[in-house]
Amino acid sequence: MPETQDPVPATEAALALVRRLAAVHGPLMFHLSGGCCDGSAPMCFAAGEFKLGERDVKLGEVDGHGFWIGGEQWARWSHTSITLDVVPGRGASFSLEIPEGVRFVIRSAVCARP
Amino acid sequence: MRYAKPNTPGSKVQYRTRYDNFIGGEYVRPKLERYFENISPVNGKPFCEVARSSAEDVERALDAAHGAKVAWGKTSVADRSAALLKIADAMEANLEMLAVSETWDNGKPVRETLAADLPLAIDHFRYFAGCLRAEEGSMAELDANTVSYHLKEPLGVVGQIIPWNFPLLMAAWKLAPALAAGNCVVLKPAEQTPATIMLFAELAGKILPPGVLNVVNGFGIEAGKPLASNRRISKVAFTGETTTGRLIMQYASENLIPVTLELGGKSPNIFFADVLAQDDDFRQKALEGFGMFALNQGEVCTCPSRALVDKKIYGQFLELAVMRAAASKPGDPLDTDTRVGAQASNDQLEKILSYIDIGKQEGARVRMGGERVNLGGDLAGGYYVAPTVFEGHNKMRVFQEEIFGPVVSVASFDGFDDAIAQANDTLYGLGAGVWTRDFHTAFRAGRAIQAGRVWTNCYHLYPAHAAFGGYKQSGIGRETHKMMLDHYQQTKNLLVSYDPKPMGFF
Repeated sequence: MPETQDPVPATEAALALVRRLAAVHGPLMFHLSGGCCDGSAPMCFAAGEFKLGERDVKLGEVDGHGFWIGGEQWARWSHTSITLDVVPGRGASFSLEIPEGVRFVIRSAVCARP
Repeated sequence: MRYAKPNTPGSKVQYRTRYDNFIGGEYVRPKLERYFENISPVNGKPFCEVARSSAEDVERALDAAHGAKVAWGKTSVADRSAALLKIADAMEANLEMLAVSETWDNGKPVRETLAADLPLAIDHFRYFAGCLRAEEGSMAELDANTVSYHLKEPLGVVGQIIPWNFPLLMAAWKLAPALAAGNCVVLKPAEQTPATIMLFAELAGKILPPGVLNVVNGFGIEAGKPLASNRRISKVAFTGETTTGRLIMQYASENLIPVTLELGGKSPNIFFADVLAQDDDFRQKALEGFGMFALNQGEVCTCPSRALVDKKIYGQFLELAVMRAAASKPGDPLDTDTRVGAQASNDQLEKILSYIDIGKQEGARVRMGGERVNLGGDLAGGYYVAPTVFEGHNKMRVFQEEIFGPVVSVASFDGFDDAIAQANDTLYGLGAGVWTRDFHTAFRAGRAIQAGRVWTNCYHLYPAHAAFGGYKQSGIGRETHKMMLDHYQQTKNLLVSYDPKPMGFF
């Protein structure tokens, strides 16, 4: 299981949005959701808003903001790499970018199994 | 036939240009006077504005709800039940209007809103109107002079956060038991799909006393959080995904209030070899069951998105199933012949396409679909995806994550134990399907699958009086059944002594 400060890859558009949100809300955090509706997508909160648990795994940081995923979900994702991206669209959830009419999404690629 | 587009002459639906919040029986402007555009996924264009609320608006709705809660909680069950029946009647009288609106707001085909969303929502109010009349507390005689009474009381004011995949039906699933049990509600619709709930609120608002039903629109972080974390609610109900589900529980833990959650799944749909044993109606029924992954564009928490097929029939079954499923193609959602409509939003479309991409990268084979569809003309800006069939294995991400699109991932299994092991190799446990002509196999499989609902020789039926809810990470609580009343009630125990003599403790 990684516990790393390494950068989580992000597109230019996603990085620009992260910086805009950080300018408004201060330090941020990301947690990758699972399940229904807006699941399988990253949620962005003010740092500390979402209570991390013992089994959450830190995948790294986006522009200095921590990025986590539930441990059991990570077990099923770990053979793929992720890139944070953003698309236009009215997503639901408590993620901070929703009022801007855009939504963070994850682009994935297959990587070698460790 | 094709329904006219809302806001055009002859349409069943004429929206207001702007929807405020519905608080205390009337429309109330948001305190900060902010609004957001509501977009139809049918054509990707805005069609009305909706209140972008803040914490002040949530507080105002809670004021109204608290002002109404004593009188509504003491309203007789006969009168509360009658109000629910009147709501059902009003919906039925406006069925086409609400169905067309739901199609325009969500993108789902009108064939489905007419036949499923609306009739099910209407019946849900009637069901809980009936449950309420038949509900009773209990009494126990503990000794000759001591009696214990159990009486049900409403919780008071509850918060409800509604998803966008069945906006009105999911609102009905939550509202009907909450109102029946005597609670007042502050409800936040999903920000993609607020319109039909506002039409519903106008109808229900003429029946319910002011303040019993309050609808606050807006974004999760701005309106959802002030509601879910509010110390003036006694319970919160949410349908959505796991991170927000945890956040809702976290807020509830700060107030020590109960939650009910429905957080989705990755439902296995198991086809045993004997489904093809005869070329008959049942074979067609099973093939139909496979194709239901495209129902509601796959935007169903119980989408049968993992098909597990007995290896003895795998090749033949898949050939027949794909042939049958190929008849479901995206089309104009307002055409009553269309079976597959638009995905609910652009970001949803992008997420689905990203999953189709990773499925291909992982080596899953595309047997059908696998791309976006442009319907051209007026619908060119809409969010359409071709129903997609992947072949692969259960460790692939397209087998493990809820894509929430018209995508099914198919794998074979070798014997009963392998079928169950693969079915249960998931974080979730909401729905499952079992198809077989052998009732011993059906029962064994149904009991062995760790999911709250196992459809056996059927799928995607959602009748009231069959409990719906999840095992594992799929949530807490059971909806669509009278047991949901318990989730909206306190139990009051009156422990009464009829003995005039001192108790003798001191």
